[in-house]
Amino acid sequence: MKKKLIGALLCVSMVASMLAGCGNNSSNTPANSGTTDDAATDDAATDDAADASDDGAASAEGGSVYYLNFKPEVDEVWQEIAAAYTEATGVDVKVVTAASGTYEQTLMSEIAKEDAPTLFQINGPIGYKNWKDYTLDLSDTDLYSNLTDKSLAVTGEDGGVYGIPYTVECYGIIYNDAIMQQYFAMDGAKATSIDEINNFDKLKEVVEDMQAKKDDLGIDGVFSNTSLLPGEDWRWQTHLANLPVYYELKDKNIDDTDAIEFTYSDNFKNIFDLYINNSTMAPTLLTAQDVTSSMAEFALGQSAMVQNGNWAWGQISGVDGNVVKEEDCKFLPIYTGVSGEENQGLCIGTENFWSINKNADPADIAATKEFVNWLISSDEGKDDMVNKLGNTAPFSTFTEAERPSDPLAKSMFESMESGKTAVNWMFTIFPSQDFKDDFGAALGEYCNGNYSWDDVKNVFVTRWAEEKTATE
Amino acid sequence: MQKTLKRYFLVFTLPTLVAFALAFIIPFIMGVYMSFCEFTTVDNAKFVGVSNYVKAFVGSNSFVSALGFTVKFVIVAILSINILAFALALVLTKKIRGTNIFRTIFFMPNLIGGIVLGYTWQQMLNAILLKYQTTLVSNSTYGYWGLVLLMNWQMIGYMMIIYIAGLQNVPTDLIEAAKIDGATSWQTLINVTIPMVMPSITICTFLTLSNSFKLYDQNLALTAGAPMHRTEMMALNIVNTFYGKTGFQGVGQAKAVIFFIIVAAIGAIQLVFTRNKEVDQ
Repeated sequence: MKKKLIGALLCVSMVASMLAGCGNNSSNTPANSGTTDDAATDDAATDDAADASDDGAASAEGGSVYYLNFKPEVDEVWQEIAAAYTEATGVDVKVVTAASGTYEQTLMSEIAKEDAPTLFQINGPIGYKNWKDYTLDLSDTDLYSNLTDKSLAVTGEDGGVYGIPYTVECYGIIYNDAIMQQYFAMDGAKATSIDEINNFDKLKEVVEDMQAKKDDLGIDGVFSNTSLLPGEDWRWQTHLANLPVYYELKDKNIDDTDAIEFTYSDNFKNIFDLYINNSTMAPTLLTAQDVTSSMAEFALGQSAMVQNGNWAWGQISGVDGNVVKEEDCKFLPIYTGVSGEENQGLCIGTENFWSINKNADPADIAATKEFVNWLISSDEGKDDMVNKLGNTAPFSTFTEAERPSDPLAKSMFESMESGKTAVNWMFTIFPSQDFKDDFGAALGEYCNGNYSWDDVKNVFVTRWAEEKTATE
Repeated sequence: MQKTLKRYFLVFTLPTLVAFALAFIIPFIMGVYMSFCEFTTVDNAKFVGVSNYVKAFVGSNSFVSALGFTVKFVIVAILSINILAFALALVLTKKIRGTNIFRTIFFMPNLIGGIVLGYTWQQMLNAILLKYQTTLVSNSTYGYWGLVLLMNWQMIGYMMIIYIAGLQNVPTDLIEAAKIDGATSWQTLINVTIPMVMPSITICTFLTLSNSFKLYDQNLALTAGAPMHRTEMMALNIVNTFYGKTGFQGVGQAKAVIFFIIVAAIGAIQLVFTRNKEVDQ
């Protein structure tokens, strides 16, 4: 009898330890792959690659392309493009897409393999810091020479170009024009057209009045919920936080700093308070909300405004029962009460930079360069970039007609061409994901009444300094 | 017999040994080495000595607070899971109708993955807290008890099965003898049953201890450490360090090594401790 018991126990514990083993080893996976290369061969490969890029004439013959794609939503499109390119040129193109939110992890394990990605994506100067041992200097490529605004590229301390943006994006406050028109037509409306809203005071006046009349307008709140669930707070801890940082750095006339003062914290508080107090739900519930629910509220007409970017149209139109018409979906700049903001435009920038793996085979590197060049110069490639991938490609090879045509992209071009000053994306210099997460969590604490605004400000300033020193 | 076993030893164990070495021993040794390096991926590691271990304990996102939270959680989880599981096992070994159905039902939560459970419980708890206009991550106490609740729900059924196996093996003649000697049912439980099921208790405490200590999925899905890392357990802290900031992969790795040593040490001590209490039949 005892033997039986022991046997049973052993079985149970064995199964348990196996399961536990599977669950716990995930942090080790990058260490599992492609470990046989020793440092010597690596250095040699690096040198070869450097040589190849120096003379710039390495043949692409026999080379293949391996692109590690960042955006799961366009995975199918990339597979089609890859197949079409292979058919047309005979060059093998493999596209692998990392699951949402796991790009860094996937890249980390993929790039250590023998068959590593030749083309991958970094998210800006901070991403470059992490991947600088792998990124090739692209300054002599067609990709770089065709880039319309050279300042958009990621450059290293040595002056080399290591990341080139393939799309430009923007964000602001998306509003539903149908609801706005309904409000403007009401008696005692604080404004009569959207053009009158060109600073924070006016925005606040209108929003608070709309919130008071929400039942007449048939909405639950002016703004969609300020989603602050951990991992769903990037619209605030990254995008909204961009504005005060942009203005502070502009005042100081610098590009980056180790010690942020958060001088525009009151402006951040202005708009953040407006968001959370004129929303579809109480501030104390926001830490349980995600972006999807927030966008759904807008799509279903329960709210009139939501802060998000031009990529959001797909999400809005994809909601079942969407009531927002295409022509009613437009952008308003994010006003925070900074003086002179009447001329402020949308926040325009990018965090999608292509980089080429310098440790790849020279033939593969050459093939990769040809592939990206094909994407931005051939008619077929350009069509894929614009119409299938929805990229606003910042290259001189694209004409004005070659632009994405969704409503938010249109609104973005209107803003760009209106002569208003665009707010650059400065969040690519935010010190780390940890910093952003902590700031997001502090905002959550503020909504729950556990933190005063000074505490939030303190988190921003001290965590910035700590993370900047830690990641030096 | 012995000879044949020896002769075929390699044939039977080699595949397993190779697989074990490839999937476990080599990554493990590499992992320990990497904890002394600065790296982005495995092939650009630079040796930097013990600085990673120093960094693991300083800074605001330090290991120490995660360790504190983990210990607090583990103590409560071990006690509640084992006591409740044992109580259930006692009830379900009595001759009442439908015990098999109940056993199955209690065991079922164990078949669901941690991430799914975490999100499900997050939704349920938030729905309840909605009544009080608050959320699960508004206060670290909610997150803490939510996690305890979740782990209990998931693990009790599993531990119950092990206790049932143990209880069924307690010889009836011992119980009868105790009864004839005039022992109350409480005395029988304390002095006869529990010493006899000590092997089960050893296994169960070990499993709950190690599972609670290295809890990750449920923690990630339920609160993800919010608010402000105050419900962040050690495994989550390691992952956040590894992927959270540039150049901190080595520090994450160092934390993982420390974590391994702590878990191994506690496990070993606990095994020795409970083994001493086991009795032979």
